[in-house]
Amino acid sequence: MTQEKDELYFVEGFSVPETPAAGEQPQPWKTTHIVGSKRPRVDAYERVSGSAIYPSDVTLPNMIYGVVLGCPYPNAKIKSVDISQAEKGPGVYAVIAGSTPHANIDWSYRGQGKTKLFDPHCRYEGDAVAAVAADTPYHAWDAAQAIKVEYEVLPFVVDQRTALEPKAPKVHEQGNVVGKPEVYQRGNVSQGFSEADVVLEQEYTTMSLLHTPMELHGAVAKWDGNLLTIWESTQGVFAIQSEMAQALKLPLSQVRVIGHYVGGGFGSKLQPGKHTACAAILARMTGRPVKIFLTREETYLSTGNRPATIMKLKAGVKKDGALTALQFIASGESGAYPAGGVSLLDFQIKELYTCPNVKCESTDVYVNAGPARPFRAPGHPPASFALEQMLDALAEAIKIDPVELRLKNIPTHSQSKEGNPPYTSTDFKKCLEEGAKVFGWKEKRAATKAKEGAHIKTGIGMAGGMWFIGGGWPPSTVIVKLYADGSANLNMGASDLGTGTKTVMAMIVAEELGLKPDKIRIDNADTGTTQFTRPSGGSKTVPSDGPATRAAAVHVKQQLLDMVAKDLKVKSEDLTIVGGKLQVKDSPDKSLKISQISDLKAQGVIVGVGRKKPNPPARAINPFCAQFCEVKVDTRTGEVEVTRFVSSNDSGRVMNRLTYDNQVYGGITMGIGFAMTEGRVLDGNQTGKLCNKNWHDYKLPTAMDVPTDITSIPVDPQDTEANSIGAKGLGEPVTIPTAAAIANAVYNATGVRVASTPMSTPQLCRLLAEAKKKG
Amino acid sequence: MGKDSDRESCPCGHSSGDHEPLNGAIGAGMTRRGFLASLGAGAAVAAAGSTLPVEAAPPIMKPEELSRITLRINDRTCQLLVEPRWSLLYVVREKLGLTGTKVGCERGECGACTVIIDGLPQYACMTLAVEAEGRDITTLEGLMHGEELGPAQQAFLEEDAFQCGYCTPGQIMAVEGLLRSNPEPSLEAIRAGVSGNLCRCGAYRNIFKAASRAAKLKRGKGEAS
Repeated sequence: MTQEKDELYFVEGFSVPETPAAGEQPQPWKTTHIVGSKRPRVDAYERVSGSAIYPSDVTLPNMIYGVVLGCPYPNAKIKSVDISQAEKGPGVYAVIAGSTPHANIDWSYRGQGKTKLFDPHCRYEGDAVAAVAADTPYHAWDAAQAIKVEYEVLPFVVDQRTALEPKAPKVHEQGNVVGKPEVYQRGNVSQGFSEADVVLEQEYTTMSLLHTPMELHGAVAKWDGNLLTIWESTQGVFAIQSEMAQALKLPLSQVRVIGHYVGGGFGSKLQPGKHTACAAILARMTGRPVKIFLTREETYLSTGNRPATIMKLKAGVKKDGALTALQFIASGESGAYPAGGVSLLDFQIKELYTCPNVKCESTDVYVNAGPARPFRAPGHPPASFALEQMLDALAEAIKIDPVELRLKNIPTHSQSKEGNPPYTSTDFKKCLEEGAKVFGWKEKRAATKAKEGAHIKTGIGMAGGMWFIGGGWPPSTVIVKLYADGSANLNMGASDLGTGTKTVMAMIVAEELGLKPDKIRIDNADTGTTQFTRPSGGSKTVPSDGPATRAAAVHVKQQLLDMVAKDLKVKSEDLTIVGGKLQVKDSPDKSLKISQISDLKAQGVIVGVGRKKPNPPARAINPFCAQFCEVKVDTRTGEVEVTRFVSSNDSGRVMNRLTYDNQVYGGITMGIGFAMTEGRVLDGNQTGKLCNKNWHDYKLPTAMDVPTDITSIPVDPQDTEANSIGAKGLGEPVTIPTAAAIANAVYNATGVRVASTPMSTPQLCRLLAEAKKKG
Repeated sequence: MGKDSDRESCPCGHSSGDHEPLNGAIGAGMTRRGFLASLGAGAAVAAAGSTLPVEAAPPIMKPEELSRITLRINDRTCQLLVEPRWSLLYVVREKLGLTGTKVGCERGECGACTVIIDGLPQYACMTLAVEAEGRDITTLEGLMHGEELGPAQQAFLEEDAFQCGYCTPGQIMAVEGLLRSNPEPSLEAIRAGVSGNLCRCGAYRNIFKAASRAAKLKRGKGEAS
């Protein structure tokens, strides 16, 4: 029986890594058996069989359905709300509005911009006005439509250029600039420009993007007396717990948030929405669980966006390719409340390429539209769209290859962090070189130049990129439990958005204990049963929770070896684990099976606790990447087909090659959307309303829009300093340079520089026609 | 839900026999006419004018009035009381607990709710429950053999053809439907076959591979039909 269990749980003949003494950090893995391999996800079965219960799938006994009524205007004051008809509707249990005592609570946008849950002044279309709970969502909608609201409709402003004009309507009394512009400066840009052989200047604009994860935003709320349980589609159960505890004035211990699965987030599910509070209030009033999932249209209005940007970039370069100065004057839209409209926008300008003279000034602007939320690599893809096109233009102006220009300007240390700390690892150079080699950059560049005449033009382009963090952050606490039969549980707070977090963590435990990854049961993303960690996002889940997981597994091993040492009367440092057997290093015949250890039999379980350690001091930890692509442009219609992509990534250690490559494909696909089709359209002239609040009018890349030829090249440096697993995060970097690479390829094909996203057919048609006119 | 004004002002209560064959298929079988028909006859006639056969005016029912219907889902028959405006999606998920079918947009744009009706992949959000009466409906759960995954599901697992997994049931049903009509699809046929299903995580490349793999698995098991 025991024999069978050993075979069941453990990898035969697998010798686990060295176990450090208590209090010591584990050494970087020299070789790995499981980490880095290609493995289907540990939760794949649930996700393909339909047995995974996503928050939107939750139904509870006695449960009713809620809807939130949104303001139809971008700027309006509420004069009165009459809920009397709605309350009489069939199947209606409760209706709440600003005047309902239970619902008169404060609401803040992540600690900023204090307002009310049902604020008397709605500063964006879709802001909550009232909410209803009824026996079916249909009845809830009927009732919501029976609520009579009298609005005082106010003048609005929905774009940043207009918002900064002196006579523009004010979103807030203090004006339309959020705080003070962020300013960064090093060296002297005027001097830098005077030293340059070529100076170019260009304005770039990018449209606001909507996350639109497949699973809608929503929650189910249930009370047991004073205890509130929330099932929320979220990237971070602890973030929802703390913000809801604050909003509802409850101790953290009384709010349990569960989010075992989440159907995508991309940053839009890092924080709760008003729907969560409405569900909790309605559930309390009715004594029934309440489920509120927003409609797709509502999520377009109120669950965040990537801010639109306007970026003026001026750059100077010497003939030999040395950058002399960069000046970046940018603005971005927070929306109706402070939400980081220019968050991290200037990071790559300051960091990616060596440049002694840099000046950045970023202004965050209020407009009457839904507040922004972090969107996969906030600030980075728009800035990349500007910087990487500029590099392309500079290379052409000084007649050197775009890859060469980048290779001449690769920093070894951070240029903008205090003390200019060195990077723990940077293989940006290798990303550029290997990517170019696999893509066949030089040959293709020469070949595409030669082609003339046909109306379908082929072009190639490339871009580099980096993401602002790579080492993760404390705190994260992870628990690994080893049972008396040798099987194990992994208990972690992190959500798995689809990035493969659970699989990666199971592989780490498997690596340390010699277990089979798919035999490790995982409990995650539940504030009631797992430990605190930050929300999953920012490519920091693997670098944060990964080291904590490794530490927890190591802690298990330390306890296990101590127990065996007692049984075998040897020192624990003389022991090792091979294929689930604990044996003395030089005399393998002296061994015990896990099921034979006396203390473990007595105790029943070993609990290993691991924490994320602080990042190394005076070091910069960043992932880097380079992407190369090929496009075909129909110069008659302006249609662009993206036919090929190569992405080379320095994200440190590859944890699971299968999910790694999938992230790369996904990042490129999202980047294609940003580049080609996506953009939030607000009716600035007449109504201020969102015009394309559905997937028909706001177009995501479909199966027909992505190249089938995508190559992922992991540049796998041995980063021994970043953290104990050596991984730097992948999800954000893979979408950063995509749009810029496409723009550069379109230029290469047509000679037309597209400085605004999306590079849509109408825009390209117009630019091609203008170029033709000019001759 | 129920927000769509067409759906509310036109609570068509007729039985399925009043409709022309439901043909709102995505991918290979998609037709404009079928798409409109699945919106309800009222909308279709208004939009398509004389190109559709004129039907007798259906009896008008109040939205709250419940109809008794019999649905055949995953080879089992169930009787339900439904409002005529309830979508098949709502009934399948919230009344029958078959939550493998996902809700993405409720307006026929994303395909997360794809089920197979009479052999063709269709959007359950664009199909009224009353329209689905008498038809053979298969949801994701219907592809399972007990606890064992069906070939399309197995292929998605092996090829890592998803990330968050929320569009996945719809993608699998689209592939299943495609393979039932075309057991050996080319890459282009596969792309067209899943083009009615959005994947925001962008796992398309692996979805294409999974569809090819599923075709092989099905052939290996002699399931190609």
